[in-house]
Amino acid sequence: MEGVNWHSFYFLLFGMTACVFAVAVVLTGSIVRMAFYLTLCLGATAGLFFLAGAGFVGAMQLLIYVGGTLVLLIFGVMLTAQGPFVSMKTRAGEWVVGGVVGAMLLGLLLQAAFRVDDWMGPDPGVASAAMEKTPPGELGIRLLGKPGDNEQAVGFESGYLLPFEIVSVHLLVVLIGSAYLARTKRRRRATDAAEAEES
Amino acid sequence: MNLLAEPVGASHFMAVGAVMFVCGVVCMATKRNGLGILMGIELVLNGANLNFVAFSSEFLRRNTEYALGVDGQLIALFVIVLAAAEAAVALAIALNYYNNHATIDVDRADELKG
Amino acid sequence: MAEALSEYLWPSVAYLVTGVVHALLLLGLVAVGTVIFIWMERKIAGRIQDRLGPTRVGGKFGWLQTVADGLKLATKEDTMPRDADPILFKLAPYIGLCASYATFIVLPFATGWAAVSSSISIFLIIAILGLEVFSVILAGYASGSKWSLFGGMREAAQVVSYEVPLGLCVLVPVMIAGTMDLNAIGEMQRGWFTNWLVFHDPFTFIVFWVYLTCATASVNRAPFDLAEAESELVAGFHTEYSGVRWSVFFMAEYNSMLLVSMLASILFLGGWHGPLPVFDWAGIAYESAASPFSWGGFLANVFGIANLILKGFLGVAVMMWVRWTLPRLRIDQVMRTCLKYCTPIACFCFLGAAIWCWAFPGGVLLKPAPFAGVRETDEMIFTLSAEATDGVANSSGEEADAGEAATGEVAASEQGEPAAQQPNSVDSNATPEPAALAGGEQ
Repeated sequence: MEGVNWHSFYFLLFGMTACVFAVAVVLTGSIVRMAFYLTLCLGATAGLFFLAGAGFVGAMQLLIYVGGTLVLLIFGVMLTAQGPFVSMKTRAGEWVVGGVVGAMLLGLLLQAAFRVDDWMGPDPGVASAAMEKTPPGELGIRLLGKPGDNEQAVGFESGYLLPFEIVSVHLLVVLIGSAYLARTKRRRRATDAAEAEES
Repeated sequence: MNLLAEPVGASHFMAVGAVMFVCGVVCMATKRNGLGILMGIELVLNGANLNFVAFSSEFLRRNTEYALGVDGQLIALFVIVLAAAEAAVALAIALNYYNNHATIDVDRADELKG
Repeated sequence: MAEALSEYLWPSVAYLVTGVVHALLLLGLVAVGTVIFIWMERKIAGRIQDRLGPTRVGGKFGWLQTVADGLKLATKEDTMPRDADPILFKLAPYIGLCASYATFIVLPFATGWAAVSSSISIFLIIAILGLEVFSVILAGYASGSKWSLFGGMREAAQVVSYEVPLGLCVLVPVMIAGTMDLNAIGEMQRGWFTNWLVFHDPFTFIVFWVYLTCATASVNRAPFDLAEAESELVAGFHTEYSGVRWSVFFMAEYNSMLLVSMLASILFLGGWHGPLPVFDWAGIAYESAASPFSWGGFLANVFGIANLILKGFLGVAVMMWVRWTLPRLRIDQVMRTCLKYCTPIACFCFLGAAIWCWAFPGGVLLKPAPFAGVRETDEMIFTLSAEATDGVANSSGEEADAGEAATGEVAASEQGEPAAQQPNSVDSNATPEPAALAGGEQ
């Protein structure tokens, strides 16, 4: 009990949760359970963000990703998950190919992750990160155009003002566009569609 | 090494990110449900995001001066916002597809005519 | 507390013990709160409908009615419909309870007294509160019943929409205080009740009522309880639930009612400060976690907690009053209230409050004590504009000079002098930030 590093403990907790539920998303067949496992996985990721000292990003992840995007996703699932679409089987061959490719990719990424010595963590004995080291105000003024303190960052003289504006306009376009796409128009009955496909 | 006693580093965050990324890729490759593919994309984006955030922190590495700092967090923020936008559009497309074809199976989406 | 204990125990054990004590304290509040709320709800409903409400169990006023109800619920058979998705059906109630309970972690109950002090506590609370919707949606889907599904869909649409005006309403006090730290926001309203943010300007007064409406909607209380709508959907998302799991839904609902009411009181109604600055007159007010322990400060904070909980209970009582007075809205009316009324009004008030802050920086009624939050943002904007005039992307030495000229105090704290430099610093968490900022510029 003496030497427990609580930061590492919480990292293990959230990291394991994220990994286990990410795998569960792949393995489960039911689309609704996939959405639920994805929720837990992304929630655990928010916890990891906190542990990395990015409290604001973690809260943003909870608010936008988990509370917004995933609710939207589950909403879509509930609208479309009827009868045969709840669980659609994948062929065994696809599983094998996907699994092999995935395992190779994972091996590659893991090897890359643990190769650089500098990334292996601070020297033991140095106190680990506390939560939320970055004050949210700093993110805000960077978004408002304060340049970073990095001299090599050419093209970032105006900070993140331009990306920020582009994202805002982009969101507006998406809002209008998806409202236009999803509006109710001519709706073919399920039976009609089936007949059209047979003919 | 004993993970419970030693401080974790960016590598460990990257390992978690890698697992999520690979799960997302496999999910995109094997699922036939359009929304399942969308979930795979979310997993991939989050795996990448985790790396950005891990690199932004100066507490997770030996040489603190190489840390991305606030930039990494800002990129993660942009990814989150854009992912929300992407999910909204993709969902609208999926619902439209479901309305027109009465199925959500992407394998059946092989004709250009709506 | 962890530091104090670690003198006697191993550090990790002390940490564990501290965590458990905090969790138990919060759990106690939550559990006792629910018991009282259910009794209150019955009494208020009874009185409004010209009845007496529970009168027999446990003496004169039916005090023990909730306990009896709980016992009855615990002994009920736990049914599950055949078409249900077993895992999700069983998990759904607990998600809601976890979400509404987890929000209390960052909620400060008195000056500097929060289980976890965070510089973005208000944001976290809103974010975690938004997760509660999952329990309703999943319960609605997993029950495998049409009524539940309809309830879940309505809830999803309603909660996602109402998060927008709720966030805008919360932004107004955040903007006035210049911080997302609830502790600093509450501390700013110390003193007479005219310091309360609801009396800050006319816009905050309007926004308070908008917040109350949106909060009622976001915790699914009547007249916005479309997810249950017992006259149309049997019982909505919890139609298929029985026994303990059913009661867990209600614990979650009463919890989040208490939470949004306490949030309203911290954001607008002075938080843990009473209408009169009694403890300031007595000179025993709790200053900050950094100051040495004193029984006077301890007493002041205990009264602060009582104050906050009292205000929270009043808020819940208002919600009950509304519930038993107003008829339920239709779904299109709910959406219209949100999109056509609440959101524009909140936007307008946000703008108005911003202009008011710019026109009357000292405030008209509110005379805020100098505190870390406002100062921090002012410094940042000031340094930002100073840099802009200097010509951007100069050498970092000049930036530091500009910062130092503008901010004597930040520079002082940067030189390694801790929180004690700033007289009214609210807690140990808010103060290191200017130092970190100024340090980052060099």
